[in-house]
Amino acid sequence: MADNSSGAKKVSRRKFLVRGGMGTIGIVAIGTYIFRNSIRREILGTVNSLELPYTDNTDKPMVWFEVTSENNIVLHSPKMEMGQGTFTGIAQMAADELSVSMKQIQVIHAASSTGNVDSFATGGSTSISGLWQPLRELSAMLRMMLLKEASQKLNIDVDRLVIEDGVISGNGKSLTYAQVAEGVENWEVPDAPVLKSLKEYKYVGKPIARVDLDAKVFGDPIFGMDAQMPDMLYGAVVRPTKIGSTFVSADIAIAENMPGVVKIVIEEDFVGVVANSMLEAENAKNAINVTWESYKDLNTEAITKIITVGNGKSTIIQKNGDSLDEESDLITLEFRTPIGAHAQIEPNGVVASFDGDSAVIKISTQVVGITRKEVAKRLDLDTDKVNIVPTYLGGGFGRRLHTPHAIQATVMSKAVGKPVKYFFSRKEEFQHDMFRPPTHHVIKGILNPEGRLHGLEHEFVSGDVGNNSALIPNFLPPIIGADVGAIRGGFIQYSGIPNFRAVYWHVDLPFATSWWRSLGLLANTFAMESFMDEMALKANKNAVEFRLQQIADDAIGVRLKNVIKAAAEKANYSEEITNGRAMGFAASIDANTPCAQVAEVSIVDNEIIVHKVTVSLDPGLAVNPDQIRAQCEGCVIMGMSAVLYEQMFVENGELTPTIYGPYQMALMKNAPREIDVVLLQGKDTPGAVGEPPLGPIGAAIANAVRRLTGERLTELPLKVSKSMA
Amino acid sequence: MEISLTINGMIKTVNVEDENTPLLWIVRDLLDLKGTKFGCGKAACGACTLHVDDEAVRSCSYPVKFAEGKKVTTIEGLGDRENPHPVQQAWIEEIVPQCGYCQPGFMMATAALLKKVPHPTDEDIDNNIINVCRCGTYYRMRKAIHKAAKLQAEMSTNESKEI
Repeated sequence: MADNSSGAKKVSRRKFLVRGGMGTIGIVAIGTYIFRNSIRREILGTVNSLELPYTDNTDKPMVWFEVTSENNIVLHSPKMEMGQGTFTGIAQMAADELSVSMKQIQVIHAASSTGNVDSFATGGSTSISGLWQPLRELSAMLRMMLLKEASQKLNIDVDRLVIEDGVISGNGKSLTYAQVAEGVENWEVPDAPVLKSLKEYKYVGKPIARVDLDAKVFGDPIFGMDAQMPDMLYGAVVRPTKIGSTFVSADIAIAENMPGVVKIVIEEDFVGVVANSMLEAENAKNAINVTWESYKDLNTEAITKIITVGNGKSTIIQKNGDSLDEESDLITLEFRTPIGAHAQIEPNGVVASFDGDSAVIKISTQVVGITRKEVAKRLDLDTDKVNIVPTYLGGGFGRRLHTPHAIQATVMSKAVGKPVKYFFSRKEEFQHDMFRPPTHHVIKGILNPEGRLHGLEHEFVSGDVGNNSALIPNFLPPIIGADVGAIRGGFIQYSGIPNFRAVYWHVDLPFATSWWRSLGLLANTFAMESFMDEMALKANKNAVEFRLQQIADDAIGVRLKNVIKAAAEKANYSEEITNGRAMGFAASIDANTPCAQVAEVSIVDNEIIVHKVTVSLDPGLAVNPDQIRAQCEGCVIMGMSAVLYEQMFVENGELTPTIYGPYQMALMKNAPREIDVVLLQGKDTPGAVGEPPLGPIGAAIANAVRRLTGERLTELPLKVSKSMA
Repeated sequence: MEISLTINGMIKTVNVEDENTPLLWIVRDLLDLKGTKFGCGKAACGACTLHVDDEAVRSCSYPVKFAEGKKVTTIEGLGDRENPHPVQQAWIEEIVPQCGYCQPGFMMATAALLKKVPHPTDEDIDNNIINVCRCGTYYRMRKAIHKAAKLQAEMSTNESKEI
């Protein structure tokens, strides 16, 4: 916890906010880089199971909480709410440790000016697991501070006071938290908060309704797109349609004189328009004639050629026993996955105001700390002169880990002296997405005489995921050799196999690829678990039994076995075809969370129909079982959308399609009518939830198709060539 | 030019430079009702769905001139915390939203469907609810739509009893 060994720290009243017209708290947290101490220890082999701790402010309750005069608690969350339910989980944790009811907790996004800044990101399925310990400790600290103060005010010993719903009572007297906090000048922050036992928790572990439910059902203006500032103007930024375009010159003569245009902003790296209305800005943008130097004739085939195992640089990320190079009778399969778009429904957007001295930026982002730093650097400001005011995210999925638009809007605001709002068109979203990279996998295996795997090798190539990001500092990729995002799910999880190896190949693509929910997991697990299924068939074994036989009995192995058994049991897994339906099985481990799925599939008119998916997940302690189920359902549907329908192409140097529909995604009619979720608890703390269930879905569907048609599908999106007829 | 319309029960007159301006931007920027969302601008995702004379309309591609004299209802006018529409009530009971951005469009599309087809089958739902949700809330939405149909039926029974 705190490094102050001399006991309680004095904290000024000014830093402890009680609502009533005061500005927000101003302690600036200094972030430490998450990998600093652990990178060598964690190198490669365990990246797949990395659960990232929360490393920013963990010892100053006053940076996290306000006590309002209505006796409610405002929790300033450094983690963003993008649908994953984090606000609800942390509200449950805080309410329990603070002894207040759920109704008394209001979670809001911490503006960076409050000092509660996440210098890393909301992502990687780390929010609840990372905050589990520190947030409960912070809440307990605040409870103890309030108790101690109440003890003095009431003149009753702390151990004779009880708290219920934010009211401290003893000897027939009582004070609300708000009354306790009233007028206090100095607070003592305890160094050793005493946490309650799990049994004492009223909310943690319960399927509490989302805290943002009403706001989202009644259409409250909570998103980045809804943000406004007084007197704001509208911006637009000219973007090339061709991959690899570099700016040469812009003819702005027509645009300058168009109605509503306030200013054309020409910078080294972008050309922007500021106008009185959004449509005027858009029209003027379209009237600017930009000359770009572009790649030519780039197409999907050229990209596929780059993405081929053997190209680029390789890194062995996992090795056990002997190499399979000398073996004969190897079974080899190759798999491919396409470029995927985030396609989140809320476009990226921002409202920025620069007043000559400081900047305020309202934005839906997954990277508050990094955005602040980047804007400060561009405008040559101290970081504390840039206040990032985050909003709810209309979908994150990794798309909002990149925020150059925050810089562009602030630069435009500086140019016109007024706030500027600007957002991406849908075409820009599709063409300038930071895509899920295409991948290619070569997997080799060999069975022993007993029909178990004697050896297994996974070689795969992917565009950048983690390397292309401010989250991963430049010095890191050369040290670890592999892209920490691309290799998620690329490891061999069947550690009972005597000989195995996983090799990652790095290549550079001519367009940007990056984090897409679950990173490499979706593609890698599709390939690996499809191959496992094929090997089970070769061994003439039940796919579930085949898997269970090759998992070592270490901690994660036992948890993996348990989810595999639970999914098979819940789904009544069978390899018979019944009423034209077959089941497919797959399992994965991501961020130390094992997941198994059974997909029940039929084929009608050559179209793959997913009727039911059974999910078994071991997220550790379930803070909110309902939200974990929701994440499982969402991952199944987003995952099936990606593996059955989604694909970006490159045509004549342009990424396409640029609109929903042509970029086909799962709709209501495609979603499984049944999604059955079983939650197991194989460890006593919360683990990753938001991404791990994306692992098995691709292979589970492909394996069901294999049973139905005999055809092994090796490319996403999955398309059957043979009809069941 | 001036355009008069009834928005969530109130008659409003707005001044627009271009009568072809999509209704979405009139609702969001001039009438300051942010519940109707911009998703694609091409009527391809349904995030901007609202009602014009009780019909579901994708307002990003609906010129405001066509709304002249008509009744426009947005998510803010569908129901409120005190009197939620059956669809909103069902959405709450099933805890449907995740990120929430596409949800007003889905709720408006559902409310319009229930007006025409009070007890939709799964096939009715598949054929009529064709918006895009990236978080993948379709599974809960389907349950909520069936629940909303029940709530709507109960509500109308109660209403007729009171008469």
